[in-house]
Amino acid sequence: MVAVDLEGPYEPRVRRADLGATGVTSDLGRGLQGSEPRMFRWERSIPLRGSAAALCNNLSVLQLPARNLTYFGVVHGPSAQLLSAAPEGVPLAQRQLHAKEGAGVSPPLITQVHWCVLPFRVLLVLTSHRGIQMYESNGYTMVYWHALDSGDASPVQAVFARGIAASGHFICVGTWSGRVLVFDIPAKGPNIVLSEELAGHQTPITDIATEPAQGQDCVADMVTADDSGLLCVWRSGPEFTLLTRIPGFGVPCPSVQLWQGIIAAGYGNGQVHLYEAATGNLHVQINAHARAICALDLAPEVGKLLSAGEDTFVHIWKLSRSPESGYIEVEHCHGECVSDTQLCGARFCDSSGSSFAVTGYDLAEIRRFSSV
Amino acid sequence: MSVRTLPLLFLNLGGEMLYILDQRLRVQNIPGDKARKDEWTEVDRKRVLNDIISTMFNRKFMEELFKPQELYSKKALRTVYERLAHASIMKLNQASMDKLYDLMTMAFKYQVLLCPRPKDVLLVTFNHLDTIKGFIQDSPTILQQVDETFRQLTEIYGGLSAGEFQLIRQTLLIFFQDLHIRVSMFLKDKVQNNNGRFVLPVSGPVPWGTEVPGLIRMFNNKGEEVKRIEFKHGGNYVPAPKEGSFELYGDRVLKLGTNMYSVNRPVETHMSGSSKNLASRTQENIAPNPLAKEELNFLARLMGGMEIKKPSGPEPGFRLNLFTTDEEEEQAALTRPEELSYEVINIQATQDQQRSEELARIMGEFEIMEQPRLSTSKGDDLLAMMDEL
Repeated sequence: MVAVDLEGPYEPRVRRADLGATGVTSDLGRGLQGSEPRMFRWERSIPLRGSAAALCNNLSVLQLPARNLTYFGVVHGPSAQLLSAAPEGVPLAQRQLHAKEGAGVSPPLITQVHWCVLPFRVLLVLTSHRGIQMYESNGYTMVYWHALDSGDASPVQAVFARGIAASGHFICVGTWSGRVLVFDIPAKGPNIVLSEELAGHQTPITDIATEPAQGQDCVADMVTADDSGLLCVWRSGPEFTLLTRIPGFGVPCPSVQLWQGIIAAGYGNGQVHLYEAATGNLHVQINAHARAICALDLAPEVGKLLSAGEDTFVHIWKLSRSPESGYIEVEHCHGECVSDTQLCGARFCDSSGSSFAVTGYDLAEIRRFSSV
Repeated sequence: MSVRTLPLLFLNLGGEMLYILDQRLRVQNIPGDKARKDEWTEVDRKRVLNDIISTMFNRKFMEELFKPQELYSKKALRTVYERLAHASIMKLNQASMDKLYDLMTMAFKYQVLLCPRPKDVLLVTFNHLDTIKGFIQDSPTILQQVDETFRQLTEIYGGLSAGEFQLIRQTLLIFFQDLHIRVSMFLKDKVQNNNGRFVLPVSGPVPWGTEVPGLIRMFNNKGEEVKRIEFKHGGNYVPAPKEGSFELYGDRVLKLGTNMYSVNRPVETHMSGSSKNLASRTQENIAPNPLAKEELNFLARLMGGMEIKKPSGPEPGFRLNLFTTDEEEEQAALTRPEELSYEVINIQATQDQQRSEELARIMGEFEIMEQPRLSTSKGDDLLAMMDEL
């Protein structure tokens, strides 16, 4: 799992070479006017071979601090691009993956690409309109292929897989029908088995979030979201158990996160809701964005939440619990406007939340920001 | 992705095409009594629009269009519009047809991108239909066809969920990905930047159903609000005034999809300098197209539904120039960047005999102005005719 494993050669193309490491704010990344002093600065962008597609959750980041490397994954359309970068965003190598062909008319489109960190290995999962592909983390070797069964679909329904998360030694993947497929992953090798299909949703899955089980019984450690805005809260195990359902309200929930029993859900109407996973109760409602939210991410070490919207804004929030009541609270930390860019993906680049990266529709680069 | 996207794509692009043709025909308009035999008059303009609109909304054609199907390539779709544009006495050279298609696609891309809600793309479609109805006010038969299409749209899209509209929007945006042709009208109005990207304003009304950003509300276990905080969100938004109407007649509220061309605004396109993105697109163009057969099927089906009325008598084809002068048109043809050329669909001799015969029959309805060609086989005829498009 070294950078050289990814296919080269790479032609570095740095925009605005005069910026160097210090970064300069320009019309391409301005902080909020007249508000607190700049907390983040725009760093050197990483060029992409193909622009990012207008999907949700269209950026995956794998941090490899031991090797001083970060991997990025972005979906372009029929292909996805993986690339590795050194600190300061210096691009090292890149590789393109394609959706496996199958029966059908047009080239299959990829819906999502995501690294799943399991106890003994890291797998890269790619979902498309044909099925689910799993690779070793550098994207070099495909270890598993699962073709979607479109048997139940009516002619007007699009068939695809979407929503990827690791839960213990399982990888969960959502589908167009609402079913969530649970794959049992061995510590090594390709003997991956579909162990369960979870029913709970009736509309296409959008996103899945997990967190390590807190050690007690009855603790929710997985949330699944769908196009109707419904959230299902699960407990993982040899068999997954549905604990609670949180109904939608007429808009999709494209992105969801889970941290210390707090569910953060981003919706198509620009709102972020925070729910108590144990009860399903809504505790915080944020009018966060003026357009649909396309991505949420968490920095688990510090409880920071990142929200990105199609309104060109990125916001960072601090989650906490009130010392008296134990209720969920939130504080707005920072906002960033990525001018004229309909964002489609956003991730923290380190677990302390001091840097983040975004992708945008039609944008052939990954924009990076880090705190000053 | 979504298999319900084609009707919306086709109708909106078609609407833009009619706006542009209408504007160009008005610009080149000569009062009837003063016109020479080869100049456009008001009567001609109305006739061209009538012919195109009645072909577009032809019942058989609409039936094919509304079948659930995936989107085909931009090249395949362009072929359909070229056919449509030639459904009357009007003729367009390659360069003008290219420019027309560029303008159409950039305009609708802009509209899709700026739609406040995914569902608003339906309002944009209705805006186009409303204006189209204005073009053919004097023709009750065609009006009825358009109303029928309206009814079909409402039937199919009226009940779709926000999630399904989101998928449709994503499908449309994938279709328009990496298109950055600069349009002088957009540049002047500051809705497009010099790099070809559209301006996304951070002010104005929020979409219907969205709250103005800036408020955090916190609740207790009983659902009662216990705290309220405001934060600075960075934009300058105001609440949405009202929802646009999805009825046959009504105030759409949204301006996207209305006719922004007027006689006094010549519309030029600039070919955006080649950028890295286009490298990957050229790759797709050069590789042999495995979908060619499927695209031919699609074209045959769609164009088979077009009932083109052959102009009676030995009428000359009137040529419409989308540029200001003939020299400009020639120059544009010569200097069009390689990667932006809409080459004719590259087909290997198709194995499907029935399909190629059917296409040959459809193509035969084209008025071919040159001398009859000597051919050795039907397949050659077909290829030759396709090359002529």
